[in-house]
Parts: sequence; structure tokens; C-alpha cells
Amino acid sequence: MVGALIGAVEQGLIYGIMALGVYLTFRVLDFPDLTVDGSFVTGAATAAAMIVMGYSPVLATLVAIVVGFVAGVGTGLLHTKGGINPLLSGILMMIALYSINLRIMGWTVENAVGRPNIPLLQSETLFSQYTAWATSLGIPVEISIILFAAVGVTVVKLALDAFLKTEVGLALRATGDNKRMIRSFSGNTSTLTILGLGLSNGLVALSGALIAQYGKFADVGMGIGMIVIGLASVIIGEALFGTKSIVRVTLAVVIGAVIYRLVLAFALRIEFLDTGDMKLLTAAIVVLALIVPGKLGETKKRLARKRLQSKSVTKGGTELVNHS
Amino acid sequence: MLTIRNLHKRFNESSHDEKIALHDLSLHLNDGDFVTIIGSNGAGKSTLLNCVSGTLQGDGGTIEIARNQVDSLAEHARAKWIGRVFQDPMAGTSPSLTIEENLAVAHARNRKRSWRFATSKTKRDHFRAALEVLHLNLENRLTTKVGTLSGGERQALSLLMATFTNPSLLLLDEHTAALDPARAELITQLTKQLVNDQQLTTLMVTHNMQQAIDLGNRLIMMDQGKIIYEADAETKKQLNVQHLLEEFKKIKGSHALSDRMLLEV
Ligand SMILES: Nc1ncnc2c1ncn2[C@@H]1O[C@H](COP(=O)(O)OP(=O)(O)OP(=O)(O)O)[C@@H](O)[C@H]1O
Ligand SMILES: [Mg+2]
Repeated sequence: MVGALIGAVEQGLIYGIMALGVYLTFRVLDFPDLTVDGSFVTGAATAAAMIVMGYSPVLATLVAIVVGFVAGVGTGLLHTKGGINPLLSGILMMIALYSINLRIMGWTVENAVGRPNIPLLQSETLFSQYTAWATSLGIPVEISIILFAAVGVTVVKLALDAFLKTEVGLALRATGDNKRMIRSFSGNTSTLTILGLGLSNGLVALSGALIAQYGKFADVGMGIGMIVIGLASVIIGEALFGTKSIVRVTLAVVIGAVIYRLVLAFALRIEFLDTGDMKLLTAAIVVLALIVPGKLGETKKRLARKRLQSKSVTKGGTELVNHS
Repeated sequence: MLTIRNLHKRFNESSHDEKIALHDLSLHLNDGDFVTIIGSNGAGKSTLLNCVSGTLQGDGGTIEIARNQVDSLAEHARAKWIGRVFQDPMAGTSPSLTIEENLAVAHARNRKRSWRFATSKTKRDHFRAALEVLHLNLENRLTTKVGTLSGGERQALSLLMATFTNPSLLLLDEHTAALDPARAELITQLTKQLVNDQQLTTLMVTHNMQQAIDLGNRLIMMDQGKIIYEADAETKKQLNVQHLLEEFKKIKGSHALSDRMLLEV
């Protein structure tokens, strides 16, 4: 059980990077970007393919980020230059990436065009290199990966926080907030949207590259429902920690990703649930996270109103009773 | 500063409800001119300002701002010369950004945006000093989100932001119309002050005739996409609302006086 929990936290932290990418498009840019399901796999496929071909895991991971960035730029171009609506732009890019991901993985075998998965069992990965190094320093194996993931996601979070406070970052936030306003202050909303989508999908691809190395496996289907998982993390984080400031929300989003994994880990311990039910569970979690806070607010208001009414009834007589 | 030559703009071209919004309109503003524009609903005032800012592309004619031909430039590319305040108090600021962040966005208008932090100690001092002019105590609320400000406060901030980088041209489209009378008066006073201090070249649309007379050094009246009356600096000094109404009657016939122009005297 403890092992499963540790595993869930490790994964949650790595998926947290993907959730930060989703936060950047859905919340900051106000652009519901569905590229994520594809670009997550693109990151995994690129990293896995390069590692199998003998490149260093660090280089493979960096290239994965760049390829993810390019995918996001593609979605941005479809929307800003092609005039295609945001949802459809993302869906088109996602479906195109499915084929591209097969091709990327296909590069690892001669004479084959596409390939649906790459195992990394025998290969050096960022994690195998790191754990070897950590063990030599005397850091216990059980916590070394958590440390690695925590430091990694923290670096990404802080970098994102910092970026969103730069002049370019402010313009990007304003683009999601009020396009008319930022245009009147020389902001090119097309370029900014493209940049935001690129950065977001770069993060998503990084997360995919890390998950592939963590699980020693890249698979063309590993991105299915990724956007919903990202959204779940954002919504859970925001619901629990609020949206007061960017620094706080980005932290909340990462914690949301971890909580999501923990909930899933517990749910999977229930007898009749199977790993195949994970997507259904994910959808259920998002639905709950979307509906419950609103309903809670309503109930609170209704109770408050009732209390007020009963007060005025006792004070002012009976005339209010029949109206309610 | 601003030269408009034979500007033409049609909507819904060659359909049954084609509408000529601007009809071969020409206008020249010298450095420091403050021109107020009045005219009935649908006269083409907003269309004129939108063509100048690049929000709309004209169908014919040329526009020059600060000696730059801008016809082929997109809205954001022209914006380095143009400050704008919209009628909607929500339109000119970014609600989820703080006051200082909004000012930083305005501050970067005529430079290339950098990857460095948008706010710094020196900038903050500069922002504070600028905000003091508004007398709304916003200088002590730099980290407040703009979305939580009142309409009047937001419009005052919009005005400050629009004039922040000393634009070559300031465009105001009924920017006091959505406010209650007290707030409108405040924004009017601020407009006067900010334009005066920086000697900004300004085009201001208003439905309030008295405001059109009180502010600026020139006044034009528009109707059906054309300038139908123009008062230069000398004439404008003598002008009063009664005069204007008579001018309007002379040109349009008395039936036009049921117009909204009358209501807002
Ligand atoms: N996007 C558009 N599509 C079609 N017609 C338009 C459009 N924008 C403006 N018009 C028409 O062009 C004419 C001029 O409109 P404009 O908004 O410039 O008037 P205005 O002088 O600003 O009026 P108001 O005082 O009501 O603001 C109007 O007849 C209007 O219906
Ligand atoms: Mg108008």
C-alpha cells in the first residue's frame, strides 16, 4: 500500500507538469486546447525513440520539449491564421499527431513506417541515470524518485510563475483576459496565442517524455483522455486552494495532479474496479469537481436565505411565511 | 499629426442593407489639436475612430499618423502611436491583472516587450506618481486586481494607461457615456488635465454637446458619414449649445431635432 501511494505521488508530480501546461492554455490564455492528448504522446514517443537510438536521455527529453512546442505552434497557426475555432484546431492537431507519433516511433526500426510502442526496459533513462547517482550519494531508493520529481516540477512551476510576470508574460495573460485591450497596447494577440500554445504543449511533451522514462514505455495510446486528467488537476487544485494569485494557483494545480493520482490509487483498490475503468473514474472525478463546488455554494446561499427569512418572520410577523 | 484623406467605409457591401458609414471623409489634426466630434446615432463617429485605430480597415482613402502611412498596418502595429479609451469601462483594462501589471502593459506599448520582469522598484515608483494624479487612492492599491475596481475607477485607470506613453494620437469614443454623472464629470476633468499636461493630439466623440463645447480647441459635427459642420478655434470660443442646434437645424431640417443629440444637452 505504501508503495502504491509513493508511486501515485511520483506520478502525480510528473503529471503535474502536464497539468501546468493545461492551466496555461485553459485558464491563462482562455483557450481550450485539446492538442494535449496528442502532444503528450509526442513527447513520450520522441524521447523514447531517441533513447532507443542511443541518444542521451537528457538530449532526448529536451528535443521532446521542442517537438511538443512545435505541435502547439501548429494548433496556434490553425486558429490564428486559419481562422479555425479553438476546439477544432486542437482536435485536428491531436488527430494529426496520432499518425505523426506512429511515424516518430517508427524511426527506431528499419523498414518499418510506423510503430505503436517502444519499451525502454533495457535502456538508460533519466530515472535510471539519476537513481544510480542518488544511490551513490546514499539517498534511499524509496524517496529518491519523489525528490527528483518534486524538484523537477518545482523548477518548472517557478519558471512558469516567473515567465507570467515578465512583459511578454503579462501580454499573454492580457490576451486571455481582454484581447481588445492588449491589441490597443501593441500586443499581437495572434503571436501571443501561438506562443502560449507552444509553451503549454512543450510542458505537456516534457511530462510525456518523463512518464515514458518513468514507466519504461511509450505507447501511441497513452495520451487518451490526458486533457481531462489535466483539467481534473486544475479544477481540483483551484477548488481546494483558490485562485488568489498565480504563484498559488500553479502550486494548487500541481497538488491537484497529485491528489488526482491518489484518489485513483485508492479507487483502484476497490475490488470490482479494473485499470480499464480509470477513464470512467477520471470523467467522474471531473464531473464531481465541476458540479459540487457550485452546488455547495447554492446550498449555502439557500440556507442563508432561509435563516434570514425565519428571522424576519419572528421579527416582522407572518406575512413572509406564505410567500416562501 | 493625423491626416485622413478621402476615407471611405461601407458595411454589407452589395447586399440589400448596404450601409455607407464613411463618405469620402477628410480631416487633418495639427500637433496638439483636441477635436470633439458630435453627431446623431449612426453618423459614423465610431467607424471613423475604428478606421484610424485599425480595428476596421477602410475601403478607400489614406490615413497618416505622426507622418507614418498606416493603411497597411494592423491594429496592434498602429497602437504604438495611438492611445484609446472605449465607451465600456471594462474594455480598456485587463481584469485579472493587478493595477501595477496593467500599467506595466501600458508602459510597454511603444517598445518591444522583453522577457524581463514587468515591474520593478523604479517602475513602481513611476506608476505610483502617475496614479496620484487621479486622486482615487489607487497609488496605494498597486497589487489590487483591476477586476475588483468600480467602473469609474477602471475608466480613470484606462485613461491614464492610454495616455501613459505620450501617444501621438488619443482616441476617445464616448468614454464617459457609461458612467453616472459624478463619475463622468471626474473622467471629463481628468481628460482635460491629462490632455493639457502632455499636449496630446486628441479625437473625442461625445453625445454631450456641452462637453463637446467645453473641451478641446476644435469641434466637428458628423452626419451620414460626412463632416457637416466644423468650428475652428476662434469660432468654438463663441459657441454655445443653442448655436449648435441651430446649425444642425439649418443643415438637417427641424425634423431631425427629435434626435438623441437634443436629449443630452
Ligand atoms: N460592423 C458593422 N456592420 C454593419 N454595419 C455597421 C457596423 N458597424 C457600424 N455599422 C453601421 O454604420 C453606421 C455608422 O455606425 P457608427 O457606429 O460609426 O455610428 P456612431 O456615429 O458611432 O453612432 P453612435 O452615436 O450610436 O455610437 C451605422 O448605420 C451602423 O449601423
Ligand atoms: Mg459610436
